Amino acid sequence: MAIKVDNLTKYYGDQKAVDNISFQIKTGEVVGFLGPNGAGKSTTMKVITCYMASSSGKVLLDDIDAEQSPELIKKKIGYLPENNPLYMDMAVIDYLKFCAEIQGVPKNEITGRIKEMIELCGLNIEKHKKIRQLSKGYRQRVGLAQAMIHDPEVLILDEPTTGLDPNQIIEIRKLIKELGKEKTVILSSHILSEVEATCDRILIINKGRIVADGTAEELRKQAQGQELINVQIEGKGNKDDMKKALLGLASVETVLDLDGKENYFQVQSKPDLTSKKDVFDLCVKNKWYLLELASKETKLEDVFREVTN
Amino acid sequence: MNSIWTIAKRELASYFDSLTAYIIIILFLGLTGFFTWVWPSNVFFRGQADLNIFFEVIYICLLFFIPAITMRTIAEEKGSGTLELLSTKAISDWQIVIGKYLSSLLLIAIAFACTIPYYITISKLGNADHGAIIGAYVGLLLYTSAFVSLGIFASSITSNQIVGFLLALTFLLVFAFIFGFLGSSIPGTIGETLYFMSARTHYDSISRGLIDSRDILYFGGLTFLGLLFSQAMLAKRNWKD
Repeated sequence: MAIKVDNLTKYYGDQKAVDNISFQIKTGEVVGFLGPNGAGKSTTMKVITCYMASSSGKVLLDDIDAEQSPELIKKKIGYLPENNPLYMDMAVIDYLKFCAEIQGVPKNEITGRIKEMIELCGLNIEKHKKIRQLSKGYRQRVGLAQAMIHDPEVLILDEPTTGLDPNQIIEIRKLIKELGKEKTVILSSHILSEVEATCDRILIINKGRIVADGTAEELRKQAQGQELINVQIEGKGNKDDMKKALLGLASVETVLDLDGKENYFQVQSKPDLTSKKDVFDLCVKNKWYLLELASKETKLEDVFREVTN
Repeated sequence: MNSIWTIAKRELASYFDSLTAYIIIILFLGLTGFFTWVWPSNVFFRGQADLNIFFEVIYICLLFFIPAITMRTIAEEKGSGTLELLSTKAISDWQIVIGKYLSSLLLIAIAFACTIPYYITISKLGNADHGAIIGAYVGLLLYTSAFVSLGIFASSITSNQIVGFLLALTFLLVFAFIFGFLGSSIPGTIGETLYFMSARTHYDSISRGLIDSRDILYFGGLTFLGLLFSQAMLAKRNWKD
């Protein structure tokens, strides 16, 4: 199921939480909403899931207008809200049955679906316990199970891995990736590595606007601009001579001294040029040993910081 | 319809899973039983085979029991965030509200059913007016229906259960006593209107075994309005600015 969001704006009183956002998500895509707290990720999700109406703008799922036919849309979406609210006094298995019934799963399929979800989310040992008695990780699994119980075409997960330990995070990520093969998934997070590990595409949202959109690779390239390499040289001659020689290369724009190691420089190439080969040739010419020649990878963190500041 | 029943069933189950339902039923039976059979002006003392005292006591008891039952219905879901979960399932706000209303009404109806032995006892003791007693039970149900609906509305206004209780109690007191009191002390049309708004007027007329369409309309209308306003409180999040 494809999702299309058109000029979505949402005010809370006077405060603009979402500011004229538009994007499209293809069927089977796993998209991550990334952004600082209060950026408008959750609000966007709440509008898509028909929890609340937008102030203006449209949400379409395969040409079905969310505001016109919310009941139809809600049947097709599985939603895990932020903070994973659950009925604490219910047993896991009863809760899943309740969710299945309310989502209109046919009676004869309910038992099968519950079994499948318990298997998929690893809830077998805990299925008869009250939700109150479960640890945070298991509650999160129950949250995921209830979101998927009616086999929705779209999954919307608001911070699905908060409060989980590293092992659980890896498991949940694996599960999301697995699900993403058939379903359209939107998840939100402010953990960059998580979005990078699970999503095909990343939307960075800040102050209610989309400030970047693309795969992790694309975003990195976008932010990187000119090539940066770290170079360490050993050989005859002093540091200043080396620096001068590097600056003399046609492809090099600037050279900075780096601390920590002897004769250690950061070399920035001119736009659209790479200076790695030139640096190597220079060392050969001067009979210097090249101890390190590493391009500095732009981290998603840098991209994030750049677009959200 | 199925979804309404699913919600009502879950609510009822949570009353019975916790001790709430049992405590309510036991307190209810204890209080009404005490005043009907033990208190100085009890049935034996009066020497009449009727349940007038019972229906009088119940009228007052319900003013506290109903808010206690309805206060959590929506306020709790708002407070804990589960309302968001429920609202994003394939059901409408109406279904949520009606499901909650049915569960509270059913719980009280179960408590009423537990008082049927009173009726049996009375009819063995003397010549009971069966019509009046059955009428009174019907009146009681109508009265409960209207007040549960108001209680749900009170609960839908807030995310704090205590506020939900106090608001509901206020609504019920206004309809049960204050309108009647004002109606009888203010002359003219305003007084008559207020008198008509009083639940007491209609409850009394049904309890006498007279089932009048105006009384049914009154309780039915109040029930509908309570549910309508509760639904509006839920739908408020969808309002454009």
